[in-house]
Amino acid sequence: GVGLAGLGMPAAASETLEPNSYDDITQYNNYYEFGTGKGDPARNAHTLTTAPWSVKIDGLVDKPGDYAFEDILKAMTIEDRIYRFRCVEAWSMVIPWNGFELADLLAMAGVQSDAKYVAFETALRPDEMPGVRFPVLDWPYVEGLRLDEAMHPLTIMATGIYGKDIPNQNGAPLRLVVPWKYGFKSIKSVVRITLTDKQPATSWNKANAREYGFYSNVNPQVDHPRWSQASERPIGGGLFAKRKPTLMLNGYEEDVAALYAGMDMKKNF
Amino acid sequence: MQQGINAAARKIPTWALYILCLLWVPWLVYLAQTGGLGREPIKGLEHALGEFALKLLIVGLAITPLRRHLGINLIKFRRAFGLLAFIYVTLHLAVWVVLDMSLLWGQMWADVWKRPYITIGMAGFVCLVPLALTSNNWSVRKMGSNWRKLHKLTYVAVVLGAIHFIWLVKGIQLEPLIYMAVILLLLALRIKPRKAG
Repeated sequence: GVGLAGLGMPAAASETLEPNSYDDITQYNNYYEFGTGKGDPARNAHTLTTAPWSVKIDGLVDKPGDYAFEDILKAMTIEDRIYRFRCVEAWSMVIPWNGFELADLLAMAGVQSDAKYVAFETALRPDEMPGVRFPVLDWPYVEGLRLDEAMHPLTIMATGIYGKDIPNQNGAPLRLVVPWKYGFKSIKSVVRITLTDKQPATSWNKANAREYGFYSNVNPQVDHPRWSQASERPIGGGLFAKRKPTLMLNGYEEDVAALYAGMDMKKNF
Repeated sequence: MQQGINAAARKIPTWALYILCLLWVPWLVYLAQTGGLGREPIKGLEHALGEFALKLLIVGLAITPLRRHLGINLIKFRRAFGLLAFIYVTLHLAVWVVLDMSLLWGQMWADVWKRPYITIGMAGFVCLVPLALTSNNWSVRKMGSNWRKLHKLTYVAVVLGAIHFIWLVKGIQLEPLIYMAVILLLLALRIKPRKAG
């Protein structure tokens, strides 16, 4: 049931989007733990052990601890969400995710009132991840959201694509998806979620703060220092695919602009 | 061994090298069309052409040290490698203009000035233009010693090409750094120890 995206979904997300093919989505990936080439993750990520899997939820929560993946799945409602996906490298796809709202998972652990941010961490397995031999980034990969961004109904933890278990190269067994932000914010293969009152460090911001901000909201008016973000190329159109204009907040402006009311999006890029 | 290589090189006509290297173009286009260059064939083709151009420039750069240090003489192919590199850089640029940027001239013009890696790539291309135009016997005769001076621009172009590659990738990646290391090694091998007096 990929066609159920309209159920209880905010307006902008339910407009008709034509999803990319399963092959596009699972063979063109950035997952630097498995190599920096776009085809490397599909080639190398089969080595990642995804069962058993648990997520440590800690920090400012009522019930900190290690949550087994199966137990999380039992407690959550899996929905279909067809989202635009816009990479900071100026390419894009449409992906039919299956997953649950992050807000539900956070509610399970009980968010305390002084929590303001959510920090995420990807698994770090040097024996299973050939890419971490090179210091492309400061491993493990870490990401973060403001609490209100994390609690937004569009923010999900994805566990599947096209109704199948999410492949390793796409971030098995569960990964964050924040559709109005550049793809690197949607951290893969999450092993730890920490509620905190301080803005957490994020991997690309640590690597190059001038190029990658904490927010990294999709914004055609704020260019990456090395390339324009005004347009993007949809993957899957072959050699003659045309660029198309990039939408403010990746087309989710109606749903999420209120989160940034009064904030200078150029300064807080 | 160098005798064998030198003898073989004498037998191979340069036009064979042109044909061999130019056949790579339709092969790359075929791969791009059939998924052999990945799910994003435009970037795939663009990068394959650029990387091959850099390889050809490096081979051209290796010819003098090969002769000086190993006695291998491939000097008759040097012009061909240079011209082929220019053709590949031009195709790389054409793919960027037509397929990658869909002829969005305004955005391209801004990118050439605002994005250092594009500025540097474009500067490398501009360096190669006079070299390609003077890669013929008439120019060599006409320009005399100025020809050698002008063609030292190759060193600038190839270094710009490698910087372009290092700068365009996200983060610090290994492959472009290997290219740069090879180029710097080949340039270092040209430095002749100065004779006393």
